[in-house]
This record gives sequence, C-alpha cells and structure tokens, in this order.
Amino acid sequence: MSEQEKKDSVLDKRSSRRTFIKNSGLTVGGVVLGGALGSLLIKDDQSTITTTETPNHAATPTANPNVALMFFTPNQYQVTQAAVERIFPEDANGPGAKELNAAIYIDHQLASPWGSNVKDYRLGAFYKAEENQGAQTKILRKDLFLAGLDSLNRYSNEQFEADFKELEATQQDEVLLAFSEGKVELYGKVSSSQFFSLLRTLTIEGVYADPMYGGNNEMLGWSMRKYPGSRMQYVAEIQDEKFIELKPQSLNSHMGH
Amino acid sequence: MVTKLPKVPVVVVGMGWAGGIVSAELTKAGISVVGLERGKDRTTADYTMGHDELRYQHRQELMQDLSKETITYRNTVSGKALPMRHYGTFIVGDGVGGAGSHWNGQTYRFLPYDFEIRTKTIERYGIEKIPAWMEGLNDWGLTYDEMEPYYDTFEKMAGISGETVELWGKRTNPYPTPPLLKTPLMKEFEKAATSLGYKPFVIPAANLSEAYTNPDGISRAACQYCAYCENFGCEYGAKGDPAVTVIPVAKQTGKLELRTHSNVLELTKDGGKANGVIYVDMLTGEKFEQPADVVVVASYVFNNARLLLNSGIGTPYDPITGKGTIGKNYCYQVTSGGSQLFFEDREFNLYGGAGALGIEIAEYMGDNFDHAEVDFIHGAGIRSTQYGDRPIAVNRVPAGTPNWGAEFKEKSIKYANSNFPVKTQGASLPHKENYLDLDPEFKDEFGYPLLRMTYEYTDNDRAMGKYMSSITRKIAEEIGADIIDTNEEQAPFNVNKDSNTHNTGGVIMGADPETSALNTYLQMWEAENVFVLGASAFPHNSCFNPTGTLGALSYRAAEGIQKYLKEGGILVKA
Ligand SMILES: Cc1cc2nc3c(=O)[nH]c(=O)nc-3n(C[C@H](O)[C@H](O)[C@H](O)COP(=O)(O)OP(=O)(O)OC[C@H]3O[C@@H](n4cnc5c(N)ncnc54)[C@H](O)[C@@H]3O)c2cc1C
Ligand code: SF4
Repeated sequence: MSEQEKKDSVLDKRSSRRTFIKNSGLTVGGVVLGGALGSLLIKDDQSTITTTETPNHAATPTANPNVALMFFTPNQYQVTQAAVERIFPEDANGPGAKELNAAIYIDHQLASPWGSNVKDYRLGAFYKAEENQGAQTKILRKDLFLAGLDSLNRYSNEQFEADFKELEATQQDEVLLAFSEGKVELYGKVSSSQFFSLLRTLTIEGVYADPMYGGNNEMLGWSMRKYPGSRMQYVAEIQDEKFIELKPQSLNSHMGH
Repeated sequence: MVTKLPKVPVVVVGMGWAGGIVSAELTKAGISVVGLERGKDRTTADYTMGHDELRYQHRQELMQDLSKETITYRNTVSGKALPMRHYGTFIVGDGVGGAGSHWNGQTYRFLPYDFEIRTKTIERYGIEKIPAWMEGLNDWGLTYDEMEPYYDTFEKMAGISGETVELWGKRTNPYPTPPLLKTPLMKEFEKAATSLGYKPFVIPAANLSEAYTNPDGISRAACQYCAYCENFGCEYGAKGDPAVTVIPVAKQTGKLELRTHSNVLELTKDGGKANGVIYVDMLTGEKFEQPADVVVVASYVFNNARLLLNSGIGTPYDPITGKGTIGKNYCYQVTSGGSQLFFEDREFNLYGGAGALGIEIAEYMGDNFDHAEVDFIHGAGIRSTQYGDRPIAVNRVPAGTPNWGAEFKEKSIKYANSNFPVKTQGASLPHKENYLDLDPEFKDEFGYPLLRMTYEYTDNDRAMGKYMSSITRKIAEEIGADIIDTNEEQAPFNVNKDSNTHNTGGVIMGADPETSALNTYLQMWEAENVFVLGASAFPHNSCFNPTGTLGALSYRAAEGIQKYLKEGGILVKA
C-alpha cells in the first residue's frame, strides 16, 4: 500500500456511512427522511468499502463497450478527435482530450435529445440578435457540429491543402483560432464562432463529466487536477490546512452493486 | 374542453418556498388547500445519482423546460426583445420544491434600511440623492421590526445556521443552529478583514451545521460539505428545501391536495375578484377549471407577473407615464466587482464545500457607511465563498490566459486548487425603464404571450460596483497572493453570461395602491382574494439573496389569508 492509499483508507473509514449516521444523529425513519435515504446511505457504505479495497483497474480503451459510434461517421469522429486534442492537448500533466475519449462523449451527446435541442425554446421567428440576447439561430446542435466539421476540412484545404486531421498541430491551432474569431464561413448565416464555442464546451465536458457519459476515460481528467469525482462528503477535508488528495470515484460507486 | 372542478377554499399556484410555506400554515390551521405544481413530485430519493455535474448543472435537470416557455429580453424600451432560447442566466425552478430544491441556501434578512429606504435616504442625504429615474424607490409599507417575527419563524422552520451580526437589524433569538465550519480560505479572509478593522461573519446558511428538529417536528441531518449543492438537490435532506420541510408538513395534515404536472394558464375573473384558475395537465393535455375563494399565486417572479398580465388582473405598468403597477420595479443583483486570487504554492481542498459556505463583511451593506461623498446609494456584501469547485463549471485562470489550448490546460490545472475570489453581492435599485410586461410577439406552447423583460444596469449599479471592487482589492492585497485580478467595470447585461437568479419585483408591495400592487400581506389592492407571493413583492433588491425575506413574507401572507377567509375585504387601510 502506498502512502496515499493508506491515507485514503484511513479517511474512508473516518467518513464511512455508518460513522456519518452516528455522528450526524440522522433519524432514519424520521418524519421526513424515510426509507429512501436510509437505503441510499447503506448502499453507499458498501460501495465505499468496495472501491477502496479493490483499486479500480479500468479496462483498456479498446475493451470499453462505450467506445462505439452512435452518431458520427468514422471520418467525422477522427476530425473531432483531432479538434478536441487541440482544445485540451496532452502535456506533462497527462493525456489530452483525445485519449480521454472526449470525441466519444461528443458523439453520444449529439445523438442524445440535447443534440436536438429538445429543451430549448424553438417557437417563433429567429431574428438577428444583439450580442447580449443569446444565440438566435435555428440550427440544431447536432447539425451545427457536422457543419463545423465540414467547414474545418474545407478551410484547412483552402489554407494548407490538406484535411484538418492531417495538419500539424500549429496549423490546426491556426485554423481553430480563425473559427473562434468567427472568421470562417460555416453554413448560411451561422457563425464559425458558434461552432467553436460548442466544440470548446463539449470538449471540457468530455474531459470532466462522469465517465458514464463516455469521456473522462479512467477518470484521468479528474485525477490530473486532483479532483475526487463524486464522493459523498468532505467534512474533514474542508477543515484541513493541507491539501488532501483523494482517488476519484465515479457515480458507479453509488450503485451499491 | 375544460372540466370544471368543485370549489375549494384556497388554490395555490406553484410549490416552491412561497407556495409550500403558505400550504403548510393554512393546512395546519385546518384550511383545505389545492396545490397546483407544473412539474413533478420530488423527494431525496431523486438525488441518489445527484453528484452528476453534467446532468444537473449543465443540462439543468431540475429547471424549467424552456421548450414550453421562456422569457424574452431587451436592454432598452426601444429595442426588440428576443427569447432566451437556452439557459444562460435565470435558471428557473420546476417541480415540487421549486428552486428551493437546488438553491445554495444563503439565507439573509434584509436591513432595517431596506424597508424604509426612501424615508431614510431622504432623511440622511436629502431628496437630491434619489435621481429622477429612481423615482420608483419606495418604502415597503412595513418596518424591519414588524418583519422580525416572520424572519424568526422562517429561520426556525429551515434551521438556519449562523452567527449574530452586529451591523444588521436586532434579532429576538439567535440563529437556531451554529454557523457552518470555517475553511482555510475563509480563515484567510477573516484574518485580512479583521486586520483592516472589519468584523467578518460566517454567511447564514440553510445547509445545516448540525442535526436539527424544527418546530414542526421535521428532523434533518447535518450538511456533509458534499459540494453538489448549488444546482443540485441534497440527498441528505441537510439543505433546507420545501420538499423536505413545509410540504411534508402540509401533506401530513391531510388537508393538502397536491396536483403535480398541473400548469396554470390563467386566473379567471369575476369583477374585482378572481374566481379561480384554469390549468392544463402537462402529461395528458386535459384542461381543468379550479374555482377557489382565495387564489395564491406563488409561481416565481416571472410567472407571477405573467399570470396576472395574461389574466387581465391588476393595472399593467407603463414605463413612460410611470402609472400602473404590474411589471413595475423589476430589479436584479449587482455582482461584477471582485478580485480573484491565485497562489503558486498553496493548495486548498476546493473540491469540498457547501452552497452557503462562506464569510463576509457587513460594513459596506445598505447605509452602513456614509454615502455623502459617493454617487450611489445602498451597497454590497463583500465575501469569499467555498461552494465546492466542480471541474466543468470552474476553470479559473489568470487574466490574459486563452480559454482553450495548451496554455489554458496548463493554467486551469495548475490553479484548480490554488485560487479563490473575494467578491461582491450588491443591491439593485429600481429604474423607471427596467420592467416586465407581455411580449407582443412570442408565445408559450399554449399560445399565451411570454413575459418580456426590459433591463439594463444603472449608473447607481456601475458606480457602486466600481467602489466595491476597490474594497475587494484591498482585502485581497491584505490576504496576499501571487496574482490578483480585479474586475472594476459592470459590463452591459447579457442574458447568456450574467448568471444570477435573484430576480425581484414586478408585483410589488407598499403602502399606497397608486404605487404598489400589493399591501403588506401580499394581497392585491385591485383583487382582494388574490395573494401574490415571492420576491416579486420586493420594491427593490437588497445586497442579499432573496429567499429569507420572501420566506418571511410568505408567513405574513399566510396570516393575512386566514384573516381574509374570516373577515374578507382589504386587510390594510391605504
Ligand atoms: C442555482 C440557484 C441558487 C440559488 N441560491 C440562493 C441562495 O443561496 N439564497 C437565496 O436566498 N436564494 C437563492 N436562490 C433563489 C431561490 O431559489 C429562490 O428565491 C426561491 O427558491 C424562490 O421561491 P419561490 O417559491 O418564490 O419560487 P420557486 O421556487 O421558483 O417556485 C415556484 C414554483 O412554481 C411552479 N410554477 C411556475 N409557474 C407555474 C404555473 N404556471 N403553474 C403551476 N406551477 C407553476 C414552478 O414549477 C416552481 O416549482 C437560488 C436560485 C438558484 C436557481
Ligand atoms: S453541501 Fe451540504 S446541504 Fe448542500 S447538498 Fe451537500 S450535504 Fe446537502
């Protein structure tokens, strides 16, 4: 057991569900907190033990059934991989967005109802907006993204006579910068900066969202910034003058297996 | 086809804090209440998978579905308002508990100055201190001392954790639970503020510092500083939430009939009164008419104003003449001024925190300092908070860092646990042309006009923001950091960027039916059996989060409704 792991298990003991119930004086079955919370706590207690004592050796990416496409063509996927890697590149801290499976995350999101803007207001006419009125374009996120990928290739060929994914990293950065500044023709009156902003948002989400969404592979997005994921409590940690690094846990650890 | 239902004593529209409190108080007094809530029912079991940043914060799981209704926005009376098509600001609650399920829990009282702001400002500085465009600034029609018992009741019900603050109004009782813990960054703020002569205090919180049983017999667990608080429901029930406090109490009486998925479209009218409401079942599309002796509108600031306007109840406000009341004095919150600290070799456990965890000073709030030499009135709380930094939402980097690419990645990781802000929460005072009305063009999914917001920050806001940012700088420098970035300017309002949910006004209270829509029981002057609850009743917004005050007012309204059911008539002499 490494120093860190030892510390983890001590901390986990200190913060186990059972201690929590004891210390907090929670009345399980009280007027409000009925069976639902009670069973949640017990489930979590078990999962805490499981996760600390069996370190999470995640499967290799190729064996990860989440790595499959529900929206992109293989080529669209590869362009996306190349683009997200420039938004959040591999460096001394660790893997970039490509290795973290951000492009898989994006594929899954665009295939979801969110990709079709189902919770957005889409009634009435779409007028040209002032800067402070928010986007007023009718195009759906999934179509905006595909138009953006096409446009990345078109512009790369115009500037450098090659597809986006074939370019040098510095050339790719130049292309993305032009997109971010709204300088490239995208589709109709849709601005390239609108696509860029979607790409940027989705990349950050793909790096840091819970791994059940397909990105943040092996929780490495979290561990790079020493983020512990979705643990249940930090009573001791928030009082500590020293930084306490905890191994990340995903929502899967709340399932009670 | 509309199915007409049998008449009930009271129908409540919306089941957040306001609707929940009124339902609990009335049903406890033996009065039958029908509660109509457009969203679904919720309990703590809904939050088993609650620590999901993407789902709750970035996909707004608990918020209003904008495909059904939204607001439109413009920044001047001459502009064309356009719909807020997706979330930026104003994340509006939906479902049982309303925004009270996913709020932070910072629970303040307003200052004695707030309730008599016009009188006290004129007394101290003369009438010239109130510019012509701020003519709508008014006293609330009751004093802090009259509000005090209601604040006390609200705080005991929710179990607010806090410490007595000298520079605020007098309390009859201490907070029901002690303040939350102090974290290292809060101690840094405390040390610096104290050495500058201020008296810092821990922010009063609806995140329970210890297990607590309230006067209704509701027991709740202590906060675990789990950091999934703002935008999230609390799986422990440690956060004061209507769904774990007042609503179960109302249900237990057997007098509350809670109908979920019931979206109220309009109030029906009968002369100077309301007959009841028309609502639609959001799952089946069936429409119902629910007659009632009293209609309580508690559907949040926006729909409170919209329902009245769509039902032709009350006189719409006209920004040109200044006449009329519905839609008047829409106010917001001014939060631009602030300093961000970055440290090279210090790390804080920023992954932990709670929605109301923080420390603050009161010296620049309200009229706690002399405004003779400054060109604004009112003020701000200056504070450092630790909500728990989640990695999609929070990537603070020093000014000048690009927001993508190699440098962004490096810096956002380097400073992920090595930064914190000293920030401001400032008052927002009425401007004649900041108001709410019906949009002439855009409709909701049922064909009813959307609410149109016309709003821009004022000169008072900009001057105050700048002044307060200099104080944040002073405190930040006293704390000491490797990099301090200070923001001084209040940029124009942007419906995509300004993230704050402290909307107030639109259906305001006061002493005079000419200038206010409600009396101090939140009873409509123009329709005596309609009570309109929420921060919509605030004539202006103070330098605090609104819920403590709207909760207190809801207790007062519940008293008024009981009185009205017995005696009838307008409860306060104009
Ligand atoms: C992320 C976030 C953090 C916040 N943090 C704080 C804080 O720290 N401190 C603080 O004081 N305040 C905070 N607030 C604000 C606080 O949540 C609100 O002030 C408060 O919850 C409002 O209570 P309400 O009952 O007036 O409205 P809501 O809670 O919005 O309740 C209104 C209810 O009415 C329902 N409704 C709306 N229209 C209709 C209709 N036509 N028919 C039927 N039902 C309808 C809605 O679905 C909703 O459930 C925060 C808000 C958010 C979103
Ligand atoms: S921080 Fe505290 S109050 Fe907030 S959700 Fe977590 S446990 Fe509940």
